[in-house]
Amino acid sequence: MLADFLEFDFLRNTFLTGLLIGVIAPLLGTFIVVRRLSLIADALSHVTLAGIAFGLFVEKKFAITFITPLYSGMFFSVMGSIFIEKLRSVYKSYQEIAIPIILSGGVGLSVIFIALADGFNTELFNYLFGSVSAVSRNDFLSILGISVFIAIIITLFYKELFTLSFDEEHARVSGIHAKRIHFLFIVLTALVIAASIRIVGVLLVSALMTLPVAASMRLAKGFKQMMLLSIVFGELAVIIGLITGYYLSIPPGGTIVMVSIIILLLSISLKRFRYRTIKVRDNNEH
Amino acid sequence: MNEPVISMKNIRYAYENKQVLNEIDFILPKGAFMGLIGPNGGGKTTLIKLILGLTKPSQGSITLFNEPIEKFKAWNKIGFVSQKSNSFNKGFPATVYEVVSMGLTAKVGYLKFFKHKHKSKILHAIDLVGMSEYAYENVGNLSGGQQQRVFIARALVSDPELLILDEPTVGVDYENVQRFYELLRDLNKNQHITLLLVTHDTGTMTEYATDIACLNRSLHFHGNPEEYKELTEKDLSRVYGHPVNLVTHDH
Ligand SMILES: Nc1ncnc2c1ncn2[C@@H]1O[C@H](COP(=O)(O)OP(=O)(O)OP(=O)(O)O)[C@@H](O)[C@H]1O
Ligand SMILES: [Mg+2]
Repeated sequence: MLADFLEFDFLRNTFLTGLLIGVIAPLLGTFIVVRRLSLIADALSHVTLAGIAFGLFVEKKFAITFITPLYSGMFFSVMGSIFIEKLRSVYKSYQEIAIPIILSGGVGLSVIFIALADGFNTELFNYLFGSVSAVSRNDFLSILGISVFIAIIITLFYKELFTLSFDEEHARVSGIHAKRIHFLFIVLTALVIAASIRIVGVLLVSALMTLPVAASMRLAKGFKQMMLLSIVFGELAVIIGLITGYYLSIPPGGTIVMVSIIILLLSISLKRFRYRTIKVRDNNEH
Repeated sequence: MNEPVISMKNIRYAYENKQVLNEIDFILPKGAFMGLIGPNGGGKTTLIKLILGLTKPSQGSITLFNEPIEKFKAWNKIGFVSQKSNSFNKGFPATVYEVVSMGLTAKVGYLKFFKHKHKSKILHAIDLVGMSEYAYENVGNLSGGQQQRVFIARALVSDPELLILDEPTVGVDYENVQRFYELLRDLNKNQHITLLLVTHDTGTMTEYATDIACLNRSLHFHGNPEEYKELTEKDLSRVYGHPVNLVTHDH
């Protein structure tokens, strides 16, 4: 089944890119989920869409090719993340209000750029739901660069990110620059989203960041273990999703997310099952 | 008197328009084990937030280890257990070991990793609060009192010179409260850690503390436990703003 993926260049690019985002999306997702910021990922993915639409628009109207949709999407996403932080500090006691503001702003801008670029086309469809054939060699190399960068930063700042996620007040008291670390984190999130969109699409990217984490959260002991397990689940979802998507001619965003949901359901029932066997054993002992 | 670890001069503090602290002059001498008491809403937690630099006074100056708080950088000299430590997200999958390790994050410093000596320090702190058996359990699955001990270990692991505890024994059973006070006394006497302990448990505290301060919007009393015990009910009701029954424990 894998043969096609190894044989055809475009599929190989997709497959390798998929492997990369199967690591970085759940890696950042772990911090996003425990900090209850899942919706921020959604808001940012819609801002990224605006960036992509902008990229497609300039590509088409002005034949400017150095602003690829990947880069303009990334740029918008990072800008959006900075803007979210501004809003969150303005509305201190209603921080979640930043999310609908950014999300609707992103969709609004996207609609405008899509219209300016003469409407909906297949390329846009690929960006919405992901595609197995859209990843170019250059995209792959850019995403490889981003992934390495993200992995290095997370490794270097792991202990600060972890401390901040658990207890912000304590982190600040102990002398960690909470604001700067948080900022770094939100920018990384924006980069991961922009990098993942080629494969899973705008509408489903936050799922790949959160579902594997939700599945491993119930099984793992400790944070590191949860992180590793999320990556395993993320990779599984990407690999199975890409292959089935390709053979069934379904955008991979859909298949990857459905595989993630199946993994999630399995983890829930596994936990139930374990819990029940312990209970039965306890009852027998009494 | 020993040199002060904390010194606050003429502090006022208000939340928006609500005046909470008035003309506080407060000194915590090095080596003291101070019990800070006062009624709910008396401003104890607010005072601690000011000391920790989490918020700024509307007026007055604060000095930590002889340095103005604005310039103070050595935050790892201060360990802190918050009143709301226990309200963390219980689903957060972090083991006891991982939680205690957070106490070293800032001390180890940016771009550096935990080394072997840090790991043994973490295990030692866990042992100190009697939680070794649970070192690799998720902290959310422990009882409230056990969680509290984990947070104390997190505050101790960085070898602080000053330990600030805001009602750390709420939800801890009687026997463990005794053990806890013994632990604090040991830290104070043998490890020479200065302690600031907020508590409502005046009975037990007077047996262990070297200094007692009563805070209700302003500082109403500051002295040693003997002087505190000599306060009449009238004095105390002035502090608390309503009549109180002196609770004395005799064990
Ligand atoms: N974030 C806040 N915003 C507005 N007012 C506040 C805030 N936090 C505390 N207050 C007010 O400040 C006063 C002092 O509160 P503080 O938490 O310092 O009291 P406390 O002595 O720690 O009480 P407790 O024994 O209940 O912990 C209270 O009247 C409280 O209503
Ligand atoms: Mg309080």
